[in-house]
Amino acid sequence: MKRLMLGNEAIARGAYEAGVRVATAYPGTPSTEITEFAAKYDEIYAEWSPNEKVALEVAIGASFAGARAMVAMKHVGLNVAADPLFTVSYTGVNAGLVIVVADDPGMHSSQNEQDSRYYARASQVPMLEPADSQEALEFVKLAFELSEKYDTPVLIRLTTRVAHSQSIVTLGQRADVPLKEYKKLPNKNVMMPAMARKRHVEVERRMKALAEAANDLWINRVEMRDTSIGIIASGITYQYAKEALPNASFLKLGMINPLPRRLIESFASKVRKLYVVEELEPVLEEQIKSWGIPVIGKEIFPVQGELSANMILEKIAGKAPDVRPAQDLPPRPPVMCPGCPHRGIYYVMKKLRLHATGDIGCYTLGALPPLEAIDTCVCMGASVGMAHGMEKARGKDFSRRLVAVIGDSTFIHSGITGLIDIVYNQGASTVVILDNSTTGMTGHQDHPGTGRTIKGEAVPPLNLVNLIKAIGIEHVRVVDPFDLEEVEKVLKEETQREEPSVVIAQRPCALLSKEMKAPMSIDRDACRLCGVCLHLGCPAIEKKSDGMQINQALCNGCGLCVNVCKFGAIRRAGE
Amino acid sequence: MGVGGQGTLLASRVLGSLFVDLGCDVKISEVHGMAQRGGSVVTHVRYGTKVFSPLVEPGTADILLAFEKMEALRWIHFLKEQGRAIINSQEIEPMSVIMGAYGYPKDLEDRIRKVCPGAVFFDALAVAKELGNIKVANMVLIGVLARLLDIAPQMWEKAIKTVVPPKTVEINLRAFHRGYNWI
Repeated sequence: MKRLMLGNEAIARGAYEAGVRVATAYPGTPSTEITEFAAKYDEIYAEWSPNEKVALEVAIGASFAGARAMVAMKHVGLNVAADPLFTVSYTGVNAGLVIVVADDPGMHSSQNEQDSRYYARASQVPMLEPADSQEALEFVKLAFELSEKYDTPVLIRLTTRVAHSQSIVTLGQRADVPLKEYKKLPNKNVMMPAMARKRHVEVERRMKALAEAANDLWINRVEMRDTSIGIIASGITYQYAKEALPNASFLKLGMINPLPRRLIESFASKVRKLYVVEELEPVLEEQIKSWGIPVIGKEIFPVQGELSANMILEKIAGKAPDVRPAQDLPPRPPVMCPGCPHRGIYYVMKKLRLHATGDIGCYTLGALPPLEAIDTCVCMGASVGMAHGMEKARGKDFSRRLVAVIGDSTFIHSGITGLIDIVYNQGASTVVILDNSTTGMTGHQDHPGTGRTIKGEAVPPLNLVNLIKAIGIEHVRVVDPFDLEEVEKVLKEETQREEPSVVIAQRPCALLSKEMKAPMSIDRDACRLCGVCLHLGCPAIEKKSDGMQINQALCNGCGLCVNVCKFGAIRRAGE
Repeated sequence: MGVGGQGTLLASRVLGSLFVDLGCDVKISEVHGMAQRGGSVVTHVRYGTKVFSPLVEPGTADILLAFEKMEALRWIHFLKEQGRAIINSQEIEPMSVIMGAYGYPKDLEDRIRKVCPGAVFFDALAVAKELGNIKVANMVLIGVLARLLDIAPQMWEKAIKTVVPPKTVEINLRAFHRGYNWI
């Protein structure tokens, strides 16, 4: 049976067909859909873990216990899961363990464009890279076979254009993979130095065996055509290069760690000019050059951003396609939606001229004009520790004009330990948790605080107030971010206080409810064109040449703008 | 292309389903998650005997289907010479315009017609409003596109029934036919 399938869905399908029983993840673009699709299968236990480290540890436990397990994450998520990755490389597995990481060249939705292929090399773990949805499905199945045959976790690397493209897939059946026996094996699974030293020897041996086997593996494929140009490529760059130069000879790599040295040497000897086309870092290029094989890579291709078929055609064949330049137009960056609760808090923070360490989520968009409410955003959970660090550097006076801003899901992910630090090390920071009852930016996934699992089961939600009090924070305030007067009062009180405090701004994300409230409209007779409502940065409030208006197709009816208009010019339609 | 939240993804899925039924190799490239927040979104649909890259290169698109007027011009350099454009005449001001940093261009239609003289402008939002649900504007545009592509409407109906949520099949089919019969 053939159908169009998203790359991420194909990964989930591959896991299903491979007999996977456990799938874990923390949401992260462009990997989120993998686990959303995996959760649709009754045969697969799937969960949103609080963060990627826990997700990988759960998968490791499942693997050790005899069940095939898969964990999925975005590239920066692998940074969080790196600790277990490096050591599970030593222990090896029981049932197969596959770790899917989705990179984001060009940073469509990330804080950096790190090249996760380095993780495979650094942790000594094999890595496969599919180039379309069919390969995504097949490579997952192969990965589990390799994992069990070579006693190793296996990484699968995607990039946005494979994860988020749809292509045609042929579906297969679910394999009946029985649970493997569980045996207590401390020499293998307890990584104390005495055991670990012996396992490291095993790691080197298995990587050598894999490197040899890679030369004959079907996923590394030579396509000989015109031998004047030879291209080594993997993943989406293979597709771009085939589009640009269909008559060139290709070595398409499906396994990018370890590399098939003999195959590469043989291919290189058969072509006149050898190129390696890879996005981001020269991972393949440096290894190939280290074998004394001349190859052209980053000499002509950039390390930043995505490549494209046109760019490859231009750089290799010297043919710059005749393309019109893009038009000069006002930019359209993403914004917080009409009705977004974060808007209320940020409006007040701006009014109070507070500095803020920020974090990752929809609320990061508050950094943009007109709100410009946060000063920093580094990585998940950083806002809390950074606020503490700023206070220790500049003193409590500075801290009075500073808050940390973090979302509910982000806080559970990696903000808790920062808060413990503040209490333990006598900070006075004010942490504002933007609790919109969801993991929003990635597409509204549940988390431990929402009271629902990925499978839709109702569970007791994590009680943030109790947790924060147990950490030792005495001053925990819960506010409605749309109650601007209350927000201002509470923020003033808590930032002035010489003790640490947490303000929880609680209001569900505007997109969670399908309920349509009547939109607001502006009475142009009452409107004085003072422009204060524009400071909210709501995309539905428009300044036209003939006056202010609210776009009825966009307005969510949240009513926040009513609170800021001093002239009563904004009303709900029909009132 | 269009603005996040307009339903460009659903529209591209209808196209995908249609071309698979017609026996083509198909690849569709989309951007998820972040794009919903009112940002500029583009979906690429490529179909043929064998498709390698899922992305349309600038200057090679046969058809531009735009859900918002300024986005149409933003991506018009993707259209090939003699390419066709179907453009929803809806205007959504980006934050940069709302803030007063830029003006929403008043000459969009002229600039678009310069590149694509035969560009079709259509008020899909008005039709959707008549039907009672602004969310089906995307399906109205698919109807207009269907007329252009000379593929039997029954094939389109099958694709729509396959792709859209079951409860919305009826209104989406009505939206499709309104677009299909607009001439």
